[in-house]
Amino acid sequence: MKKDDQKLLKALLDGELPDESGRFGIFGGQYAPETLMPALKKLEKNIKIFLNDKAFQEELMSELNSWAGRPTALTYASQLSKKWGVEVFLKREDMTHTGAHKINNALGQAMLAKKLGVKRIVAETGAGQHGVACAAACARVGLPCTIYMGAIDIERQAPNVDRMKQLGTEVISVLSGDQTLRAAIDEAFRDWVSDPENTHYILGSVVGPHPFPYLVREMQSIIGKEARRQMLEIDQRLPDAVFACVGGGSNAIGLFHAFLGDLEVELFGIEAGGTSNDLGENAATLASGKPGILHGTYSMLLHDDDGLIQETHSVSAGLDYPGVGPEHAFLQSINRVQYTSAKDDEALELLREVCENEGILPAIESSHAFVEAKKWANENTGKRVLIGLSGRGDKDMPTLSKLMNK
Amino acid sequence: MIGGKYIEEKIRAPKEPGPAIVPFITAGYPNTKDFKQTLYEISKKADVIEIGVPFSDPMADGVTIQRSSHMAIENGVTLTWIFNQLNEINLDTPIVLMSYLNPLYVFGMEELVDASLESGVDGFIVPDLPIEESKELNQRLTEAGLALIQLVTPATPKDRIEMISDQSRGFIYAVTVKGVTGGEGALSADVTEYLKQVQEISKIPVCAGFGIREKSDVEMIADYVDGIIVGSAIVETIEQGNSPTEFLDRLKN
Repeated sequence: MKKDDQKLLKALLDGELPDESGRFGIFGGQYAPETLMPALKKLEKNIKIFLNDKAFQEELMSELNSWAGRPTALTYASQLSKKWGVEVFLKREDMTHTGAHKINNALGQAMLAKKLGVKRIVAETGAGQHGVACAAACARVGLPCTIYMGAIDIERQAPNVDRMKQLGTEVISVLSGDQTLRAAIDEAFRDWVSDPENTHYILGSVVGPHPFPYLVREMQSIIGKEARRQMLEIDQRLPDAVFACVGGGSNAIGLFHAFLGDLEVELFGIEAGGTSNDLGENAATLASGKPGILHGTYSMLLHDDDGLIQETHSVSAGLDYPGVGPEHAFLQSINRVQYTSAKDDEALELLREVCENEGILPAIESSHAFVEAKKWANENTGKRVLIGLSGRGDKDMPTLSKLMNK
Repeated sequence: MIGGKYIEEKIRAPKEPGPAIVPFITAGYPNTKDFKQTLYEISKKADVIEIGVPFSDPMADGVTIQRSSHMAIENGVTLTWIFNQLNEINLDTPIVLMSYLNPLYVFGMEELVDASLESGVDGFIVPDLPIEESKELNQRLTEAGLALIQLVTPATPKDRIEMISDQSRGFIYAVTVKGVTGGEGALSADVTEYLKQVQEISKIPVCAGFGIREKSDVEMIADYVDGIIVGSAIVETIEQGNSPTEFLDRLKN
């Protein structure tokens, strides 16, 4: 890393970023409609209070442990290790309650919302994992919840839709825009704008206007803190490389953060490479996007020469998003994290390999991280890798069944 | 005269008695060939014309503007196309572009000022650009005499209305409801209190928008504002093939 980049990294680790204006370097900010500004400022103020409040932190930790199933296991993947010629460790967010890392953020924000005294929760969901996590967390804290979900996603993630309804949540099908995650976020914002004082919007990823990228990262950083401690407990050795999939990027930020200061640890974020490198056939924002503004934040973005946001494609609904968290754009710009992509078929192939060798069914999203880890292992025999297994693949069974019966 | 001063003057001295009328139309909707003709026609009644630049993710808009924006994109409408069309006509009415930030950002700030001066665009309304983020654009536009029109809403605290009013040029856009454009419900009774407050604070004209659909809405707020902005209702009128000028006539008479 260059000296200037190291300085910026230090500022991030010292808590100086995001700065007063909600920026990580040039990325981030608060590009929100005026109606939301008072609510965002209020949220900013309350985050400062509650994230530093010992009683709230203890209450949250107790719920994370006794209700959400933390700490999650660190699994040594013995078969993959043998096959790949490296030591493979998996951080098992798939073992949390509701089956993915999303619960860390949903529970934390729902408890925060309860403290703020709001009357209802809105949220968006892509794969349905964040929706299910919100539905469960809202039931737990006693707040009514409305989830916006794109019509296309409702079809490809059907089991999760019924789970949300079972948990007492209202699921609204979004027929506008591209009918996936991006349109669902648009719609959740529209709902929030109509009653910002009494509603809290639980954004599901490290995107959106400040303070969301910061808030969600704080809620997810427990993943990396646990994983780093668990690795050291084994033999006082850190991994040589860490891999996580990136859509909006919340599980990756959560896993990376504890390792950012360990410069000897290489960090890899893997985006959805879809079917090809052409615009519209993938969701590889950091690899092929340009800076722009969407959903309240300045970050890397897939958009055309007229500034219109592009349709994306990925076999995994959770990575199917044309933007990415501003902190990822920042980490890329200072060369601390390398971002690559994995194609649909590569991810599905690794999903099968993990199933057959380790008896674990990863989400299609998480399978993207395994693709890059395997490639890296090929050239780094004897090293140690840590892979973020962000969620379980049960929700992908409709997609997987279709492929199996082809 | 151009820009903020020109807009202010036209709103202070409307073509017909009563509040100034600021219609909004989505560029190139329902089709591209009638765009210039529609502009000519509504300029007979309009004191300022607001033109919507279509965007793929119109976060602050309700179903009508979402639909028109989507169709306009399908019709090939871009910011460049809009500037080219405006270059071909000459209106006696100030033009304001309503655009989300990303199309403007991609176009380039310097190019935006040049193209505006050349084609007769006087100002901009950017719904996802609060004052915290508007410094650069505001500075560039102000230097060229162009207006960045800022918004206030019923959720905006008093001290913030003051800050926004100091930075706004042309007029202040007072959003009348919480929520997105095109609301169906009637304006709430306390909207007049809110508009009175904005009017008291502001040194430049105040125009109210969001959810204004008919004469009774205009009558309710006419005494508290300098102008009214009507968007979804006129877009629906054009969509149904009816005359926008007759619609504008009915708002006042």
